[in-house]
Amino acid sequence: MMAKKLPKVDVLLVGFGWTGAIMAQELTEAGLDVLALERGVWRDTSTEFGVTNVQDEVRYRYRSELFEELSRNSLTFRNDTSQTALPMRKLGSFLPGTNVGGSGVHWNGQTWRFLPSDFKARSHNEERYGPLPEDMTVQDWGVTYEELEPHYDTFEYLCGISGRAGNLNGKIQDGGNPFEGPRARDYPNPPMEMVYGPTLFADAAAGLGHHPFPAPSANMSQAYTNPLGVGLAPCSYCGFCEKFACANYSKATAQTTLLPVLMQKKNFTLRTESMVLRVLKDKAGERATGVEYVDTNGDTYEQPADIVILCAYINHNAHLMLLSQIGQPYDPRTGEGTVGKNYAYQITSGVTLFYDDKVFNPFVGAGALGMAIDDFNGDNFDHSGLGFIGGGYIAQWQTNGRPIESHPTPEGTPKWGARWKKAVRDSYLHAIGISTHGSVMSHRGNYLDLDPTYRDVYGRPMLRMTFDFTDNEHRMSDYLTDRAAEIAKAMNPREIKVSRRTGHYSIVPYQTTHNTGGTIMGTNPRESVLNKYLQSWDLPNLFVMGAGAFPQNAGYNPTGTVGALAYHSAKAIREQYLRSPGPLVQA
Amino acid sequence: MKIALPVLAALLALAGGTTASRAEDNDWSVIQRGLYLTRAGDCAACHTVEGGKPFAGGYPLKTPFGTVYSANLTPDGDTGLGTWDEGDFYRAMNAGRSKDGSRLYPAFPYTHFTYVTREDSDAIFSYLQTLQPVRNRVSKPDLVWPLSWRFLMIGWNWLNFDEKSFVPDAGKSPAYNRGKYLVEGLMHCGMCHSPKNVIGAEEDDPGDRFAGGMAEGWLAPPLVGGSREGIGDWSEDDLVQYLKYGRNGRSIAFGPMAQVVSLSTQHMTDDDLQAVATYLKDIAIQQQDRGTKETKQAAQMSDDVKHVGALVYATQCSACHRADGKGVPNMLPPLADSSFVQADHPRSVIRLILEGGKGVATSKFPTPHKMPAFDWKLTDDEVAAVATYVRNSFGNGAPAVSADDVEEVRKAQ
Amino acid sequence: MRKDGLDRRGFLKVGLLGGSAALVPATAEAREYNGGGIPWQPGEASPPTQAPLESHQFFTVEERRFVTAAVDRLIPPDDEWPGASDLGVVDFLDDQLAGRFGRGDRWYMQGPWPKGEDTQGYQSRFAPAGLYRKAIQAIESHCGKAYGGRTFAELSGDQQDEVLTGLEKGDVELEGVSGTTFFDLFLQNTIEGFFGDPVHGGNRGMVAWKMIGFPGARYDYRPYVSRYNEKLDLEPVSVAGMTAASIPGGRG
Repeated sequence: MMAKKLPKVDVLLVGFGWTGAIMAQELTEAGLDVLALERGVWRDTSTEFGVTNVQDEVRYRYRSELFEELSRNSLTFRNDTSQTALPMRKLGSFLPGTNVGGSGVHWNGQTWRFLPSDFKARSHNEERYGPLPEDMTVQDWGVTYEELEPHYDTFEYLCGISGRAGNLNGKIQDGGNPFEGPRARDYPNPPMEMVYGPTLFADAAAGLGHHPFPAPSANMSQAYTNPLGVGLAPCSYCGFCEKFACANYSKATAQTTLLPVLMQKKNFTLRTESMVLRVLKDKAGERATGVEYVDTNGDTYEQPADIVILCAYINHNAHLMLLSQIGQPYDPRTGEGTVGKNYAYQITSGVTLFYDDKVFNPFVGAGALGMAIDDFNGDNFDHSGLGFIGGGYIAQWQTNGRPIESHPTPEGTPKWGARWKKAVRDSYLHAIGISTHGSVMSHRGNYLDLDPTYRDVYGRPMLRMTFDFTDNEHRMSDYLTDRAAEIAKAMNPREIKVSRRTGHYSIVPYQTTHNTGGTIMGTNPRESVLNKYLQSWDLPNLFVMGAGAFPQNAGYNPTGTVGALAYHSAKAIREQYLRSPGPLVQA
Repeated sequence: MKIALPVLAALLALAGGTTASRAEDNDWSVIQRGLYLTRAGDCAACHTVEGGKPFAGGYPLKTPFGTVYSANLTPDGDTGLGTWDEGDFYRAMNAGRSKDGSRLYPAFPYTHFTYVTREDSDAIFSYLQTLQPVRNRVSKPDLVWPLSWRFLMIGWNWLNFDEKSFVPDAGKSPAYNRGKYLVEGLMHCGMCHSPKNVIGAEEDDPGDRFAGGMAEGWLAPPLVGGSREGIGDWSEDDLVQYLKYGRNGRSIAFGPMAQVVSLSTQHMTDDDLQAVATYLKDIAIQQQDRGTKETKQAAQMSDDVKHVGALVYATQCSACHRADGKGVPNMLPPLADSSFVQADHPRSVIRLILEGGKGVATSKFPTPHKMPAFDWKLTDDEVAAVATYVRNSFGNGAPAVSADDVEEVRKAQ
Repeated sequence: MRKDGLDRRGFLKVGLLGGSAALVPATAEAREYNGGGIPWQPGEASPPTQAPLESHQFFTVEERRFVTAAVDRLIPPDDEWPGASDLGVVDFLDDQLAGRFGRGDRWYMQGPWPKGEDTQGYQSRFAPAGLYRKAIQAIESHCGKAYGGRTFAELSGDQQDEVLTGLEKGDVELEGVSGTTFFDLFLQNTIEGFFGDPVHGGNRGMVAWKMIGFPGARYDYRPYVSRYNEKLDLEPVSVAGMTAASIPGGRG
């Protein structure tokens, strides 16, 4: 059936989550007509996310009501090219969202800046430690921390991040993260009020010579009105934050920071239930002409646009690039090609502490409530002789006490039966966890391409993910876990349980929804898909947002950097591209 | 917000350009003032149907006696004001008569508009004449007999209406007089905020002036009296903030008042809003001096009601309204010291709990914070208990709410 | 939702692409939003679906006997606290398997189905309902052979644990279905029923929450943030209603 051709728009956004909303706001302000196509439906605080209904662990966490439906489009997975990739049949390791607001609706709100050295991961590490292993395909980003600083700031003030500065214009601040890059001004909100556990962690960590600080949080420590006038309410520590939607206007999301303004604009249109199938190119293959999408009736449409911006989750952005035959697909054997290259993730581990004499009330929580240390992140410590690069933060979060998900038991407890039941009962109020959140360096064999066998409901080949943790990640994660265990012991619990990340990466247990790479940014078209403004090297009127642009993953949650990159890109479009709609960086 | 503000702006822009030849006769500043006054009068609210063309009329106004459909104000020759002149329009405003001399139904607030000066009336007319003509013949009124006999309006008018013109009170400040002119005239606040007599006219007993009424099934709170009766204890600044931004430290506009703020008062000048506040405050003080109302006593809560009410409050309400009932200023309204919460009749409190609500979005506060609907979740007993609880906690005091009260409101939904 | 003519709200501008403007069900076509602000209708809400108090939609009598016995080995009653079946976990499972979850509506269920690595996760060709049906049949068949013709429910507690452990460890081979895949899902679902909100049929009277001290579907803990090292003993509430008393099947 012929696709019906619709009237052209100035800017077309594919997907309407965090980056879609940011780009829509920035580009409508520039006077452009912006259309967002979202595969899911409208949803908002109070109506879909009400204090009446959101606290439902079965419905949201385990029946995935906020998450994407794999029955429509999943991906296939294997650890390495010797295996046959098989479909991710149900959600596990990561939980991408769908519907308006995207994954940003159910994020924790842990809002970090990457370290200045993270943006120069190859040159910085090689300069300090010599050549990197051959298969470690780590690259510099092509953008620097200094360039992104104002955009981190914009995103943090949009969101109302609660935190304490550690480095104000180069001056180290007491009680903040002394390792962070210099920031021009403090966080817009003070840190959250701490529950008991994080204070014990901070005391013990400080006693060991580390530098604890309140983690930066998109949960509001107080009422906040952002620069657009949009009002966020104080967090109520409900404990249904990450993997859930906030019902209280107190977690920064597209809904709570941008949509009240955006939805009033005449030059912004949101079309929901519209699934983009591919990006269309002109005959010469030099420009994107628009997209083809399908509605829930199965009718297809051609939507022309002057600028196309991919704002979907990273696997879908990479998928669209591959399906639309934009750029050269990455080949792990030759190392040539770029689309799908350097897929990376995050490596996590934890230590659980069990007490007899302390009560923690784990249900009093928020997604980004906790104390952290950054002493072992990035290159904040000397890696000489350690056999790895990278690192991660170590934190004591108190996010939730939702009992299906959070019922810790001591080492040696069976997974079911009378002893399990007793251990769950005895431990529930008396256990806390320290978690490590480690970087994943990119590797020649970790990549995304199209699967030769499995197809999605639209008949398209599904994306194939080939990924495993390497020795670098395991050594790094073990090192972090050892540090976490030291702090745990200094907190004097009755006993601890150390949960290392061992063996091959598995797509089964939840780890993080911090998938990165595949549409990476960089300094030249030979090694990257996008330039420093997230502009395609191949089609200058195509931009690709999101963590897919990360050439490797740092030891932090990605959203702060995703937001900063979007603002950086929007500024370049407004100030440079619109004047001269061509490549913003000469190849 | 049936007519988006940018549309009005666009219309205005259009008026300055190429449209309607009749507009060319008019001075641009007159048209602009006409737009301002049209907004101050909130004309769009009743003269535009949802999804319809601006000011094309046909909006059904339900009265206790039946339904009247608002007139088409666009300059269409057959169905609108295309053949009217300024004099015809002024007669409608001032005397409640149509061009053909027939009497208009008082759903059109000519009892207020009679105060509007000829100059202002002409400016409004000038603006309306710049609109794009829309052919839209509105339905005839659907009124219960014998009110369908238009000539009976003679009697109604004899009882309730005198043609007036505004006479400033020389003993009062210019702000007071400007405020009175706006409130009593164009803004027609009393239409909702004053009680009505049995034939649908506002009570003219001074003690009843602005003593509260109903709008679209919602309580339109008294503009007089302390917080257990109305908003008479709001400061002038509270009033200005509320009308300008749809919210202040004490309340947030929702329901019909949200539309008033959205279409009308947020567009008014600070001077005019200050004048409105000056006048309303003056009335409130006069009423207070008259001492017409007794302060309501707190209800005695049974242990059961107290327990259930407190539990419902702590688990369902306090996330927004906070444990101390103080809310979050300009975002989530306080319940403490709220006249809405402590209203004599709990109908609106119950309704808000059941169906939820949406605060108004204004330019300074674009977030229309919403309250979720609890109708599916709370039983009649629980709604009654929590309503009683909030009406008698945080320093509040008001009669208890029964499950029967809740059932009645639920059935009316 | 009020629909009478007095309502002047309704900020939602809805359009059918290429069709007439109308409110359309969420499943049909595309909706377009432009300049109308944040949509809202009175009464708009997303309530949970209340599961029936007793669910007899999916399991056969025999299957129900197996499930009842098995969940009570996974989460057995003890002197103080009831076990899984007492709290309605069997009804929870029955209701879940009879619905969207049982059908695997959100799962990717297209073939082919070669045997995968552990790291590749669930690779059964069966959606949960089919998996339960097939696996229970195979487990009963295994019990019949291994324990002299007896059904699982007829075995001693120790023998039942032996079967379950065998499934968990992959030591018990089942006909046509992976024992571990079933066991993992069954244990997960049992815990969901035990600790989930009572609105879904399990955790009756919120007893499992009371057992551990979880206050359920509350939303404001600000008064308790700074109450360090203090047991709070807050009365739990369900997402379906306020108290145990107001929940169907609740027993305070």
